[in-house]
Amino acid sequence: MSVSEPQVKRAVLPEAARAELDEIRKRYPTNEAALLPALHIAQREWGGWLPDEAIEAVAHELALAPAKVYGVVTFYDLYHQKPVGRHRIRVCTNLSCQLRGSEEIMETLHQELGVGEDEVTPDGRCSFIHFECLGSCDTAPMMMVDEEYQENLTPNRVRQILKGLK
Amino acid sequence: MAAFEPVLTRNVGKPEALSVRGYRQGGGYEGLAKSLKMEPDAVIEEVKKSGLRGRGGAGFSAGLKWSFIPKGKDKPKYLVCNADESEPGTFKDRLLMEHDPHQLIEGCAICCWAVSAATCYIYIRGEYTQAAATLERALKEAYEQGILGDSVMGSGFKLDMYVHRGAGAYICGEETGMLESLEGKRGQPRVKPPFPAVVGAFGSPTVINNVETLCNVPHIIVRGADWYKGIGTDERNTGPKLYAISGHVERPGTYEYPIGVTFRELLDGAGGMWKGRTLKAFIPGGASAPILKADQIDIKMDFDTVAKAGSMLGSAAVIVMDETTCMVRSVARLSKFFNHESCGQCTPCREGTNWMELVLKRLEHGEGTERDAQLLLSICKNIGGNSLCALGDAAIGPVKSLVDRFPEEIHQHVRDRACPFPKQRYFSNGA
Repeated sequence: MSVSEPQVKRAVLPEAARAELDEIRKRYPTNEAALLPALHIAQREWGGWLPDEAIEAVAHELALAPAKVYGVVTFYDLYHQKPVGRHRIRVCTNLSCQLRGSEEIMETLHQELGVGEDEVTPDGRCSFIHFECLGSCDTAPMMMVDEEYQENLTPNRVRQILKGLK
Repeated sequence: MAAFEPVLTRNVGKPEALSVRGYRQGGGYEGLAKSLKMEPDAVIEEVKKSGLRGRGGAGFSAGLKWSFIPKGKDKPKYLVCNADESEPGTFKDRLLMEHDPHQLIEGCAICCWAVSAATCYIYIRGEYTQAAATLERALKEAYEQGILGDSVMGSGFKLDMYVHRGAGAYICGEETGMLESLEGKRGQPRVKPPFPAVVGAFGSPTVINNVETLCNVPHIIVRGADWYKGIGTDERNTGPKLYAISGHVERPGTYEYPIGVTFRELLDGAGGMWKGRTLKAFIPGGASAPILKADQIDIKMDFDTVAKAGSMLGSAAVIVMDETTCMVRSVARLSKFFNHESCGQCTPCREGTNWMELVLKRLEHGEGTERDAQLLLSICKNIGGNSLCALGDAAIGPVKSLVDRFPEEIHQHVRDRACPFPKQRYFSNGA
């Protein structure tokens, strides 16, 4: 009687992302050291967050236990464990920005997007969260939209920026 | 002060310096070329002699740190450049990386030569996407031009340099937390000793220096330790210094001065108080630094003077607060930060930062009691010195200074059962 291997369908990193990761792995003397870069790549590939299958794919790729990868994901603020909008907004609310009106920026986002912090708009377009100091205190208040810093904000400027996000 | 010519920021606003060619036209890579002709130990001696102290927060002698790296070839050695600039109020390293990446690469390369490291990682906070991209481009060109790689500037010295992006965790700015993170783990600080100079990245001897610290190095090598020592307050506080000033000033920004400029000069340089208001308090060195009152306006902003005044120069991130600012609310925000960023490893810090945030929030909401000031001090006492790394002590800095220096404000919150400062609207309707 022949016993066949159970067929487990496992999510994997797309080929191009895997090649990108292979290049990065050469920089480090250990496999594990490529974990943060690998998670950045995976998060990009999975639309801005890391579902379990992404975590498993990275774990498999680097030959690490999924639990270990999960532990790292939960530690860092830039990795997300639930769906985010197509555009991700992070508002700095630390002291320097608080002293220049960041709370009103949060209020504006809340009003304009009609959802609460860390929720996704029904059309999947945007989500926003408050964030710790983003190192742009001289242009406070400010926020990060996807990969870009938006600085010297006013409520009107925020409205304009939101209009530009498709 | 008028005669001071910027050293570290001389290329800011000069896009040509982003290329190797443009950087070299301004005298760039001369320090590296000169170093490669010197004995590594002579480079370390020169840096030691300059009095350069770490610009990341601790103010430890850079040359001394380098000298702790053991000689011999039995293990590889590493340089990890700390570009995880996350101390609230700090944005000076970002400027250096975005405007003058080759200055940092040169400083790193000189350090690697001095300690015989063949690999350098620039650990940059994940949020700094633009600075990371600028550095990546500069590194690529430096390889193409033979400044990095198999033979650094034709010397036969092999050096690889990489950007490593963090993922959003303040604790990774702590040097052993950074090493853990570099190795692909949660950024939880290690027990010291062993110190990174002996057991650092991947179990090997490792130097960890801040971006600004390393950017000083090429200038020290080219112009000499004696020139460098001539700038600053005294022999323990030398060199040019970047001050990142934010909050209630007219022109927030990064300003370069000889170390030891007074706070008043800094404030004037930044255009004075915002909207002509009155100074109430300032934080001289990032969120971890105890708050100083307006009567310290003439303080010299160097390591030792600020320490003597009961605070610290830290990262020289200066946050300015005017008379409309509620100190309880401000410190509550900082405590929220430390609570969020505590890595959770040591109980006093993990639990204590949480309680500090809760007590400060209830005070701010008018729900505090007369005992809360003492309660806060008691929490501070239980955290202080009782955690593996400096985050615990950092978290108590602003809280203790609130209780010690602004007791009347805490009292007012309790007595009025409300915050005495009206909530400000920063933007008028239609703004």
